[in-house]
Amino acid sequence: MKKRLKDIRIIWSTVWLGISTHKLRSFLTMLGIVIGVASVIVLMSIGNGSKENILNRIGSLGVNLVTVSPGAVSFGGVRGMPSQTSTLTLEDAEAISELPYVNTVAASYSSSMQLIASGNNMYGSVNGVTTDYLKVNNLNISSGRTFTEFEYNQGAAVAILGTNVKETLFPDTDPLQQQLRMGNIILTVIGVLSSEGDSFGSADNSILVPLTTMQQTVAQPRTANGGHGVSTISLEIADQSYADVVNDEITSLLRIRHEISANGEDDFSISSMAELVETVSETANTLTLLLGAVAAISLLVGGIGVMNIMLVSVLERTREIGIRKALGARDRDIWTQFLTEAAILTLAGGIIGVIFGCVVSIIVSHVAAINTLISPAIIIMAVSVSVAIGLFFGFYPAWNASRLDPIEALRSE
Amino acid sequence: MAAKTDMIRLQNITKVYPIGKRELTVLKGITLNITQGEMVAIMGASGSGKTTLLNLLGCLDKPTSGTYCFEGKEVNGLTGEELARIRGQKIGFIFQTFNLLSRITALANVELGMTYAGGVNHERAKEALARVGLTARANHRPIELSGGEQQRVAIARAMVKNPALLLADEPTGQLDSQSGADIISVLKEMHAERNITLLVVTHDINIARNCQRIIHIKDGEVVTEEDL
Repeated sequence: MKKRLKDIRIIWSTVWLGISTHKLRSFLTMLGIVIGVASVIVLMSIGNGSKENILNRIGSLGVNLVTVSPGAVSFGGVRGMPSQTSTLTLEDAEAISELPYVNTVAASYSSSMQLIASGNNMYGSVNGVTTDYLKVNNLNISSGRTFTEFEYNQGAAVAILGTNVKETLFPDTDPLQQQLRMGNIILTVIGVLSSEGDSFGSADNSILVPLTTMQQTVAQPRTANGGHGVSTISLEIADQSYADVVNDEITSLLRIRHEISANGEDDFSISSMAELVETVSETANTLTLLLGAVAAISLLVGGIGVMNIMLVSVLERTREIGIRKALGARDRDIWTQFLTEAAILTLAGGIIGVIFGCVVSIIVSHVAAINTLISPAIIIMAVSVSVAIGLFFGFYPAWNASRLDPIEALRSE
Repeated sequence: MAAKTDMIRLQNITKVYPIGKRELTVLKGITLNITQGEMVAIMGASGSGKTTLLNLLGCLDKPTSGTYCFEGKEVNGLTGEELARIRGQKIGFIFQTFNLLSRITALANVELGMTYAGGVNHERAKEALARVGLTARANHRPIELSGGEQQRVAIARAMVKNPALLLADEPTGQLDSQSGADIISVLKEMHAERNITLLVVTHDINIARNCQRIIHIKDGEVVTEEDL
């Protein structure tokens, strides 16, 4: 054990001598690795950060959300545009709510209408919704309240505003309890939604009213069997892992309810957030992998640089090797010396690269407003890969050095 | 005093180098004994094979045929690793061109002599340097030293591990006569103090006269041996 320790000290002092007396060369050896590791860290952190960002945005919509929308209907071979026709009904929604794993179901009917309030007016999207709509769609009230069961049943003239609508219609005043005209009825504002940001499907540009209220104003389509048409049915499932099961159940249920023959096409479509999350994660992972691959190539080039410089180093230090051998160095002492030198240079390069990469990715996240996420796994991987590169690309030069004939080596200039 | 034993015994040593398809016989059957504690000069013209002989004695090279016993132990069959151990622990080299590492200090060069001989000891390295009168120069690099001083650093490097055998290959070849004489007297002192075996390869008869015995080599053979 004590001898081991001594050996390590001797190797270290020898290697340190080699590194410290050839500073420029050592620096150049490290540089390739520093740049390689730093680019791996930066690119991977950007990739992971973007993925995290997208998933968070999707997550804000609720990962357990499943949406059923009307599909295309064919009339005598002419296929209509999806969503133009209403095939879904409020009764469908009620039937879906009986299915297992389904927690809450909401239906909505949307239409674009002119909204007027105290001299301001705009076209906005009006969503007639059932009481659970806010819960299912993860919408929050920032001020005021949502409508009650009683108000819903009564078809009360109340409205909840999206933030953009509030800004347009009530720019400087508190909208609560104010009047708002929609078509031929006057609504009372009872709440304002929190802003969702510019994500897709944002409710910022719409107002919510009870579906029953909407039915009084806008003539809603009736389906052949007398159901009340709705634009979308959204539901919250118990867990995102049930998405596939629920999807199948809704499909068979609606096919029966809509009397679709065995070889007929669905007249609705189902999309789940879980599915979207999966697709987006896969895409983001591919992107991250691609970025990582590009960076890995620069790391490889750095490794070849290490070999290059180590070979030159062996050539330049041939006489030193001869002297060491004359002084009693064994082949493996020389081999260990050069291999350790390569490994230490690349380890140092790796560590500097990690620091450099972290600094750059923090700067990037502040300056370019791109989210970056540095995971410890990447740091550990980058450092160990750079040491592995040192060992791999240092092996051949070290072997070359160890095999030099001492007499020849001493004679070299 | 310990009994005088043979430190080196060479039996019919030959060394053949292949040069392309031909072979060049450098040593043609050398037989000689060197006693422990002796100071011997090996003389010969250039190309006579004296450096090759020294490399064989120093375990840097292996003979083509013949037996070489070092301290009673046959060296021929040893592996590279075992030869390296003998070099590291038993043999000190002094070269015509000094062979110091140019980027490190005199002291670090001396310490290099201990690296493969059991480990560096700072104090002993300083003592070795002091013994050759270079304490004040310890932190100078070889480039800042005169030829004579560089050779003295080389002697300190060879002596710091207390070798049994010191091999000097034309140690004064690149020095002016004054520094050369200094080096020879340092070597003589070392020999007297430490009771080491000292072999000096030279073609300067004035240097050879300082030794106890002169072995003349010509065309790879021992021509004469004269005791002084």
